[in-house]
Amino acid sequence: MQIYLPIAEMSVNIFLILGMGGAVGFLSGLFGVGGGFLMTPLLIFLGIPSPVAVATEANQIVASSVSGVLAHWRRGNVDFQMGFALLAGGVLGSSAGVWLFTVLRGLGQIDLVIKLSYVVFLGIIGSLMLTEGLRAVLRRRTQPGSTRRRQAAWGQRLPFKMRFRRSRLYISVLLPIAIGFVVGVLAAIMGVGGGFVMVPAMIYLLGMPTSVVVGTSLFQIIFVTANVTILQAVTNHTVDVVLAMLLLAGGVVGAQLGARAGGRLQGEQMRVLLALMVLAVCGKLAFDLVATPADIYSLGGGVAHQ
Amino acid sequence: MKRLIMRAGLVAWVLAALPSAAAATELVADLSDHLVAITTGFTGSRVLLFGATDGAGDVAVVVRGPNVSEIVRRKARFAGVWVNDAEMIFHDVPAFYAYASTRPAPEFVSESVAARHEIGVHHVRMRAPDAAPAEEVAAFRAALTRNKQRAGLFATAPTKVSFLGNRLFRTDVHLPANAPVGTYQVQVFLVREGEVVSANITPLVVSKIGFEAGVSDFARRHSLPYGVLAILIAGVAGWLASVAFRRA
Repeated sequence: MQIYLPIAEMSVNIFLILGMGGAVGFLSGLFGVGGGFLMTPLLIFLGIPSPVAVATEANQIVASSVSGVLAHWRRGNVDFQMGFALLAGGVLGSSAGVWLFTVLRGLGQIDLVIKLSYVVFLGIIGSLMLTEGLRAVLRRRTQPGSTRRRQAAWGQRLPFKMRFRRSRLYISVLLPIAIGFVVGVLAAIMGVGGGFVMVPAMIYLLGMPTSVVVGTSLFQIIFVTANVTILQAVTNHTVDVVLAMLLLAGGVVGAQLGARAGGRLQGEQMRVLLALMVLAVCGKLAFDLVATPADIYSLGGGVAHQ
Repeated sequence: MKRLIMRAGLVAWVLAALPSAAAATELVADLSDHLVAITTGFTGSRVLLFGATDGAGDVAVVVRGPNVSEIVRRKARFAGVWVNDAEMIFHDVPAFYAYASTRPAPEFVSESVAARHEIGVHHVRMRAPDAAPAEEVAAFRAALTRNKQRAGLFATAPTKVSFLGNRLFRTDVHLPANAPVGTYQVQVFLVREGEVVSANITPLVVSKIGFEAGVSDFARRHSLPYGVLAILIAGVAGWLASVAFRRA
């Protein structure tokens, strides 16, 4: 059954979109990842114009982060103080990101920048996950060493120090603001929540306890992606609510099933599988950038006369 | 079925009108629908064009979508990666173009007549930038046509105009799922001895209707409330999902 997407201005198979939402939702439930970094490239492969894919995916992430953060909140795993600091940077960063997006779109380079960002980040994250996963699989028998929290020593000298009670940290507020800013720019350009960059940054750069990392990251992602959605809707008119609702419906069901399946599966092997999948998407995007295109000419999209 | 009856009725109307109308005019033509509605289930549409002539001759039909400006970009390789490099903007490009004729155009019209009436894809009129060198313009123009054809928005070959008897003719106008919205012009030409002796222009409106129109109108005109609403929908959906999670 076909459905016409009013903003993307194309007709897609409704079950394909629901299925994609479900599959990515399943994976995100299984691994506790956002899924934006898989969904946006999939939408682009499907032929959805990349500006629409990026902006619409930001809208969908609002939903998945809300449902995720509520679960963490109930367990008290959200550091709101840290969340607001990250958020301050995130709102600035994502606004700058949407501005950059609009400029690049005018120059005709937005497709390239989106794809390059994906190749770089999926490549890095995929390789890290793969090595980590393989190491874990090989060392299954050995006891995991106690993970010591690394305090960001170089951050100690910065001004505006603040005490973050929930995270038991005393660091400069500039640090989370800067991290929030960088992830905000990425979120706007790549149509992701940025959890896959945010979570490692919180652990290794800020030294936050792992228990509050995911909840706090999700908390700030809600507002950063909401900011991206509004700015994209206003400046680029590229948020397709029909597409977002379809993805959302599939994603909600998928995430439920994924979270349940996750309990019964072996973590390390699955992590290796996810890493391979991330690298496959990265490889496909990289190949498309390097391979000689069928037609080196393309249309930039018509502009109707006033 | 309803459509068939309607079409039969239209043909009957033409037949009835023939003796008087056709005596005065050499060509009458009309469409089975003047409005193509893009609704939720839209996967393309077909509109019947029918008409009558007062005798022998060839009929050519040209369908031209609303004018748009098109940016054509050419990629070049930088450090192994293909990057958009040169670009050229064409104005007054039809967003859609299709044509139909009783015979292949060269058999009944000269190149100059075909060019004047835009019969054939290579005759589609558009405004190229003035300053650009001719061979560059030609390359970009060919690329524009090729890309439009790949998207199904420019015809690759004419469709057939068929005569029923020697006066009534009909042809189908196919509009793809990605047909741009706007007012199209359907031009019908009657050609005798290489000259256009009569012409008829009928408008055809392609428009988003109902829910689709509501969403895209709202998104354009009230983009801020649209963005806020999109977030609220997502937020509520996320909250509902979380509630369902807990209960389940």
